[in-house]
Formats: sequence, structure tokens, C-alpha cells
Amino acid sequence: MKRTVLLIVLVALLPCAILAAQQAAPAGTVPADPTAPTTAGQPTTTRELPQDFVPVNAMPRQPEQLPAAPLLVGAYAFVWVALLVYVWLLWTRMTKLERELADLRRRAQTQ
Amino acid sequence: MSRVFVPLVLAGMLLFAAAPLVVATAPVEQTMGLVQKIFYYHVPSAMLMFVSAFVCGIASAAYLFRRSAAADRVAVAAGELVVLFGLIVLVTGPLWARKAWGVWWEWDARLTSSLLLWMIFVAYLLVRRFGGPGSEKLAGAMALFGMANVPFVYVSVNYWRTLHPKTSVVMTLAPGMRATFWLCVAAFATVYVLLLTLRKRLEDRQAEVEQLYLAVED
Repeated sequence: MKRTVLLIVLVALLPCAILAAQQAAPAGTVPADPTAPTTAGQPTTTRELPQDFVPVNAMPRQPEQLPAAPLLVGAYAFVWVALLVYVWLLWTRMTKLERELADLRRRAQTQ
Repeated sequence: MSRVFVPLVLAGMLLFAAAPLVVATAPVEQTMGLVQKIFYYHVPSAMLMFVSAFVCGIASAAYLFRRSAAADRVAVAAGELVVLFGLIVLVTGPLWARKAWGVWWEWDARLTSSLLLWMIFVAYLLVRRFGGPGSEKLAGAMALFGMANVPFVYVSVNYWRTLHPKTSVVMTLAPGMRATFWLCVAAFATVYVLLLTLRKRLEDRQAEVEQLYLAVED
């Protein structure tokens, strides 16, 4: 029991320690990863050039500037939803099996 | 078992609940900005997809060569988790790529090989579900191939030309990012162990039900 409580306290303290360390660190941005693409929102892929010329009446629009927040929230929400749905599915299947098991044990005893 | 399980559940819940708070306070990356924070969930999921593929492959080998039914049940549980964590990887990756690269998907070495790995394990589960009697052996062989694929997926970014960041990105993280990242890895790993244990327990119950059916019919 003591070990359990100690484990829970340690796990609870770990995020707090990390938060505190981050607050204590000097503010500022972190150098960019050299492997990262150069400009956010702009394709850096080497695509095949078109084989024919397609005329347009107006000047092409500027590259779109995507807001990052919906993508970030979408990614995090998906992870949470996927894990919760999986746990719910496991729980449903387990409940069904437990019921089936209890029924079978009863039948086995009566025989 | 239950003595370990309850603290593990509590630890997993605590870590997983704390992870978004810690991620929110992590430094913002200079070039990619806010969207880089998808990395904290994307990479641990990918790590666990690889770990799970290994667990499934090794357990399948134990089943194929030693006829261990318990190992086969572990293999099914791990195979399902490869698909779950692979799905997370394949959804969160394009959400990041849309902002960072300007495209949702690119058929480069890392992305294509990850998709293939995921499809191998989807096929593994389909064979187990619909393959009929004896399909466990065929599925076990598929899991071995799936496991053999993992090192190629991992090194693909280093050996082939690809848009995907290289494996060195984890080791060169700045201190504020590093602590956040490893906390997320711990949270995902705890959740993984819990899910694997629960899924294995489900398979144990299923085996028990099948044995009881046979006993009742006799």
C-alpha cells in the first residue's frame, strides 16, 4: 500500500517538476531543427512539372496561410477519442464475455 | 496482478491528463510554430507501434515454434494495438504535414513504409477474424514479416531521400522540449501496457468461454 501511494505521488510530481523547470527556463524560441522544412505552409516537395501550359485569367493567389491551432487541436482530439473509443470497445466486449462466462458456468454446474 | 494494475491505471490517467498541460508550456519551435507540438503525441505513438509490432512478432514466434497458446493471445492483443497506434500515427502525421510541407501526404519512403506496416497488421487481424480454423498459424507468419519490416521503416528516413525529419531529431531536442517529449513517451507507454494487459485478459476470457462451451457440449 505504501509503495502504491509513493508511486502515485512520484507520478503526480513528475509533470509538476517539468512544468516548474519550463517556467524557470529563459523565455525564447528554440533553434530550428536543421531537418525541418524552411517555410511553414509552403510546399517544399519536388513535384513533376506540368507537361503543358494552362492559361489563367488572373494572377495565381499567394500561398495559403494555414492556421496551426485547428490542426493541433484536431490531432490531440483524435488521439483522445481513438483511445477512449478503444477502451469503451474493450469494456463492452469484456462485459459481454463475463456474462457469457457466468451463464456457461451455471450451465456446467447444473449438468 | 491487481496489486500492480490499479496503481498503473492511476499512473496512466495522471500522466495522460498532465501531458497536454506540459505540452502547452513547452517552447514553441521557431520555424514550424505551434503545429510542431503534434510531435509530442505523434512520435510516442510511432514508438509504441514499433514496440507492439515486436511484441506481436516475438509472441507469434513463440506460438509457431513452441505452440504456446498464451503467447498467441499476447500476439493478438499486440497486433490490435499496432493498428490502434498506427492509426494515430497515420492521422496525426498528415495533420502536421499539411502545415509543415503544404501537403497532407507524400509518397516518400517513411510514409509509404509506415502505411505498409500498418496494412500488414490490419491484414493480420482480418486473417485472424475471418480466416477460419488454423488461421492462427498463417497470421503468426504474417506478424513475423510485419516485425521484420519495423527496422526498415525506422531507418528509411536516414537511408532514402525523404521529407520526413530524420531519427536524430529526438536526440537533438532542446532541454524544454526533451522533458516534455519523454513525459509524453512515459504517458503513452503506461497506457500501452494497460491496454495490452486488458486486451490480453479479454483473450484469456474468450479462451475460457470456448473451453466451457466444449465442456458443456460434452
